Amino acid sequence: MKAFKEFVRKEIYHISRDYRTLFVLLGMPIAQLIIFGFAIRTEISEADIGIFDKSKDHVTQKIIDKIVSSGHFKLTEYIESPEDMEKSFRAGKVKQIIVFEENFAHKLGRGSAQVQIINDASDPNVAKILNMYASTIILDFLKGFNQNGMAGNIVIAPQPRMMYNPEMRSVYMFVPGLIVLILMLVSALMTSVAITKEKEKGTLEVLLVSPLRPQTIIIGKVIPYLLLSLFNAATVLVLSRAIFGVPFKGSMLDFAIVTVIFILVALGIGIVISTISKTQQTALMISLAGLLMPTVLLSGFIFPIENMPWALQLFSKVIPATWYLIILKAIMLKGLSFGYFWQETLVLIGFMIFLLTVANKKFKVRLE
Amino acid sequence: MNNDNTNMNTNMNTTNSLGYDKAIVSENLTKKFGRFTAVDTISFSVDKGEIFGFLGANGAGKTTAMRMLTGLLLPTSGRASVAGFDVFTQTEEIKRNIGYMSQKFSLYEDLTIGENIDFYGGIYGLGRSELKTKTSEMIEKFSLGDAGRKLIKDLPLGWKQMLAFSVAMIHNPQIVFLDEPTGGVDPITRRRFWDLIYEASSQGKTIFVTTHYMDEAEYCGRVSIMVDGLIEAMGRPNDLKLQYGCDSMNDVFVKLARPE
Repeated sequence: MKAFKEFVRKEIYHISRDYRTLFVLLGMPIAQLIIFGFAIRTEISEADIGIFDKSKDHVTQKIIDKIVSSGHFKLTEYIESPEDMEKSFRAGKVKQIIVFEENFAHKLGRGSAQVQIINDASDPNVAKILNMYASTIILDFLKGFNQNGMAGNIVIAPQPRMMYNPEMRSVYMFVPGLIVLILMLVSALMTSVAITKEKEKGTLEVLLVSPLRPQTIIIGKVIPYLLLSLFNAATVLVLSRAIFGVPFKGSMLDFAIVTVIFILVALGIGIVISTISKTQQTALMISLAGLLMPTVLLSGFIFPIENMPWALQLFSKVIPATWYLIILKAIMLKGLSFGYFWQETLVLIGFMIFLLTVANKKFKVRLE
Repeated sequence: MNNDNTNMNTNMNTTNSLGYDKAIVSENLTKKFGRFTAVDTISFSVDKGEIFGFLGANGAGKTTAMRMLTGLLLPTSGRASVAGFDVFTQTEEIKRNIGYMSQKFSLYEDLTIGENIDFYGGIYGLGRSELKTKTSEMIEKFSLGDAGRKLIKDLPLGWKQMLAFSVAMIHNPQIVFLDEPTGGVDPITRRRFWDLIYEASSQGKTIFVTTHYMDEAEYCGRVSIMVDGLIEAMGRPNDLKLQYGCDSMNDVFVKLARPE
């Protein structure tokens, strides 16, 4: 036990004296959260739009006000003819034009009126998002309009509703992904590099000649990284809430349990990588290419798994991060508990047992 | 041929008692990696308190042999004991009774000497007060003064290596294995390093040291010379020089390692 304590203490010296690494470890979560949160947003604000209002009555004015005050749009063009519409799009002055038909208020009062939303689909993603914003706002307005008893008939229209993330705030999606990424980085990458460093420096040989059991060496080596990972996860949670108001609907206990399981999975991966690499460089390359890339690209963090070809979908299933991400989203955004994701949790536990067994087997006393 | 007889004799003395009358005993110890035989039926024994030089060119099998004796590698065949413990079955006991300094520098560069002592002493189960005494002893012995608070990486290589040797003996082991301990060090520091080795030997510790500096071979009580996994010669440096008709160990080595 004393030996173990000394080991952890030594490891903490290593981490705390390597200022650069420490800075990366503690600064990275904050930097990434801010980059992902502010820069890589899929929501759009102040898109230039045009209005072609053939009716110009009090109802269309209200709708226009509502659209402009949403913050997503900036009204830059008042369009007076169909030819102008074409011109504005061509000149790239607007990304969307909303057209109200003649006698809009009157027709609406009698049952139905037409609004047309025309999008510049040369950037299809932007067009899709803007279209959704505009139609949501208009439908929302009509709902209020009908409730006020200003119209006899209720206009029935499909109402897209964005479950759990009504504003489609992308930061909600990024935060769970970011936690996954940071845990992978600290637990797997840093551990694999730290263990390989001892190998490279020759100190591992001295440790193996000592009476320490290999398990003690490994556990002593990874405990500080486990703590650091938990600390980082907590940092991201707190900051995401403080800066972006990302909700945390589920239970902290569930989160902690699943997170520890995932960290153990990542540590297992780190140990296995360290046993197959001879130098820190190799360990770093394997971790970056073999771990971080799939975690970022294939776990559902950035690209939805449902949209991938079946081969990649299959591959995403053997990435532990995929499963952890599903659970994390369920806990954070939907407030679900184990009853709903026990299967995913079991998969993670399976990964954990497998990886820790392999790690234990590969990290032998004898240097074969 | 003379050597073979000596080998036979030492073996006869110790085969029955793998007890602790000899510090190290090896009988036909062999290590194969696939079809390559790295260490080929080597037999020798080392007395308590002896300084035994384990010589050989790079790739001759020195490190492999040493790893088998320290419990890092499982031998393919043969028998060996260290401090009376069997290398096949009692590696845990062996580890408790030996000190080891690896070819690569074995202290942590980003820790101070005191922290290194605390760590290595701690993993051998030394107590707090014991560690404190050891640290101040060592700082005094090497007249480190304020340098004791510096990180190891800020110390000159010669000091580092002498400190590494002292730390390898922190738990007062009876046998110390040194794998090319003086690599890359200037002759004066090497001489000082050997003073430390003599000091340990005079305290009754057995020293098993590999080197390819032939001047260092002269300092050993006995040496063995390994060529391609086999021990080609063994004996006291002066006897070997006589036997091969050479003036220095260097010439003996060249004669053995590169036969015409």
